[in-house]
Amino acid sequence: MKRELIKFMLFALCVLVAPLFFSGSYLMNVLVFVGIHTLLAVALNLLLGYAGQISLGHAAFFGLGAYGSGILTTTFSWNPWLAMVTVAVIVATMAFAIGFPILKLKGHYLAMATLGLGIIIFIVFNEWVDVTGGPSGFPGIPNLELGTLVFDSDLKNYYLVWSFVLGCVLLSVNLANSRIGRAFRAIHDAETAARVMGVNARLLKVQVFALSAMICAIAGSLYAHVMTFIAPPSFGFNISVELLTMVVIGGLGSIYGSFLGALLLTMLPEFLRFMHDYDIVFYGGLLMVMTIFMPGGLVRGIPELFRKLAGLKKGKGDAHA
Amino acid sequence: MKKLVMVCSMAALLLCSATMALASGTIKIGGLFSVTGPASFLGEPEKKTLEMLVADLNAKGGINGQKLEAVIYDTAGDATKAVQLATKLIRNDKVVAIIGPSTTGESMAVLALTEKEKIPLISCAAGIKITEPVKDRKWTFKTPANDHVAVEKILQYAEKQKQKNLAIMTVTDGFGSSGREQLKAVAAQKGFTIVADETYGPKDTDMTPQLTKIRGSQAQALIVWGTNPGPAIITKNIKQLGIKLPVYMSHGVASKKYIELASPAAAEGIMLPTGKLAIYEVLPKNDPQYKLLKEYDAAYRKAHGVEASTFGGYAYDAFLLVTNAIKTKGATPAQIRDGLEQTQKLVSVSGIFNMSATDHNGLDLSAFEMVRITKGDWALLK
Repeated sequence: MKRELIKFMLFALCVLVAPLFFSGSYLMNVLVFVGIHTLLAVALNLLLGYAGQISLGHAAFFGLGAYGSGILTTTFSWNPWLAMVTVAVIVATMAFAIGFPILKLKGHYLAMATLGLGIIIFIVFNEWVDVTGGPSGFPGIPNLELGTLVFDSDLKNYYLVWSFVLGCVLLSVNLANSRIGRAFRAIHDAETAARVMGVNARLLKVQVFALSAMICAIAGSLYAHVMTFIAPPSFGFNISVELLTMVVIGGLGSIYGSFLGALLLTMLPEFLRFMHDYDIVFYGGLLMVMTIFMPGGLVRGIPELFRKLAGLKKGKGDAHA
Repeated sequence: MKKLVMVCSMAALLLCSATMALASGTIKIGGLFSVTGPASFLGEPEKKTLEMLVADLNAKGGINGQKLEAVIYDTAGDATKAVQLATKLIRNDKVVAIIGPSTTGESMAVLALTEKEKIPLISCAAGIKITEPVKDRKWTFKTPANDHVAVEKILQYAEKQKQKNLAIMTVTDGFGSSGREQLKAVAAQKGFTIVADETYGPKDTDMTPQLTKIRGSQAQALIVWGTNPGPAIITKNIKQLGIKLPVYMSHGVASKKYIELASPAAAEGIMLPTGKLAIYEVLPKNDPQYKLLKEYDAAYRKAHGVEASTFGGYAYDAFLLVTNAIKTKGATPAQIRDGLEQTQKLVSVSGIFNMSATDHNGLDLSAFEMVRITKGDWALLK
């Protein structure tokens, strides 16, 4: 437990001082989106990495949060914070209700069902023009405010988004190390065995699905207020797949792994931009290499790489001696 | 700890000064185009056109004695990425104006930022919301004509043909939903009746159900609003079903590619409004745009081996507007903005621009011509 606390403090410190290096640069803006992606990846990781239930439709919950906040604050002039909470609760309830039938499915069938869910909700965003603005998007969403503080610059948004990330990481780490977290892992490894041991697998799966959806909805609300404009393509199938990639590349079943995955997948295109037209080829290649040689994700692959390198040196030393 | 803070602030200072040093010397403009992704058919010619024009201008000695540099990024059609890259253009590259983005969604997302940062944005997307309401769009301009200009052009012609009952069929994307909105508004204004209002998805491969419904209605003409390949499929379906209604298409299919996709036989007799670039060969020689269009097409063919497209033309317009503003007013963002707003009678690809404080697009009905497809080619309608 002590180790977890130290890890978290280190993470929080990094988050706090990062702006010292990047403020004034556009990377500050990119880091805001790294934060939002981290929230989403952690949410999906709770479901996929811990409870072992796949979802190919998580962008839908992200979108529901964004559109919910956007519509309530802009069309109905609600207070943004109240809207955020309301939308999060509604999305969680919805996911809870949908979770019961959907999570009875396993493997490919569950993937298909969540995929369908994501596509249906995307179509609603795209075609319900009177409410969502349809394909031309939904403009004019206000920035969040806290007293006299308006979150309208990259630096302010950075601290806003990352305080949510820190809260979410703390919650997730605690959850993962609790009795419930152990129950999730038991379901992941062998659902029948977990049931025999008295774990209410069906209810737990639905609960984690709802929690995961709720975090995504909050991330969506933040996204809407940071961007002040939303459009359906930001919540399509591609985004669901990208989230899945972040979780897998980062490391299944590791909260900090999700952060690494989100960081890598959001920042990498920025660093590869100097390659102009070839960046996509390199990006794809790098992802392939990582999945082949680091099947446990970055969070396990990087330490192992160091160990191997150290071992190599030591091995050579022995040969000489 | 003190040491760490010092090192950090030193690093930050260094970063800042490095970017400042790069900013002096040349005039830098930014370009945001969706060169890859689903909207690459827009972004690619836009990027190529801008690069070509900048190289050409610098070869001729630049602008007011200064060289021009274009920093171009690919947004892949993603609004989030477009905002990130716009931030990069403003913060790191220190550009004085931004050309693009290519799509309406990206433009709406980026303009929230450029309005705040007071950097002129010349969008290459058509959505009317980009420049309306003008009082909230002080720094935003766009080069493609508003969709309602194309709608009015069609309805003006339909009025002359005494076609009062119309069927409309629009695609469910940004282009189609804007077209549907404008068609309904202008039709109601001019006393038309819309007797059938059908939609189709951008990836649909068969539209016979919608067309069968339209055939059963009282429609005297059909207006289809979409970009390739949908309208080409509809054109074929119309032929297959033997529907004899007069058919109008939008300016979204104004390229030879459409005729090719639909086959010249099926496309025979289809009417559409189009910008002048696609049909400059059939324009009268004394048209004020004729010379410029011919030169652009020739230069683009020479550099890239394909014909110039209307979309590349949007970037051409934006480039001409910006350089014109720099020449007349100066090269700071505020001077460029004023110069853009005061543009008068600027002959370019999409039309002749007349900007004002209440119009940040500057094009009117004269930007379009009505044409009819005859034997696989365009024929002007009078």
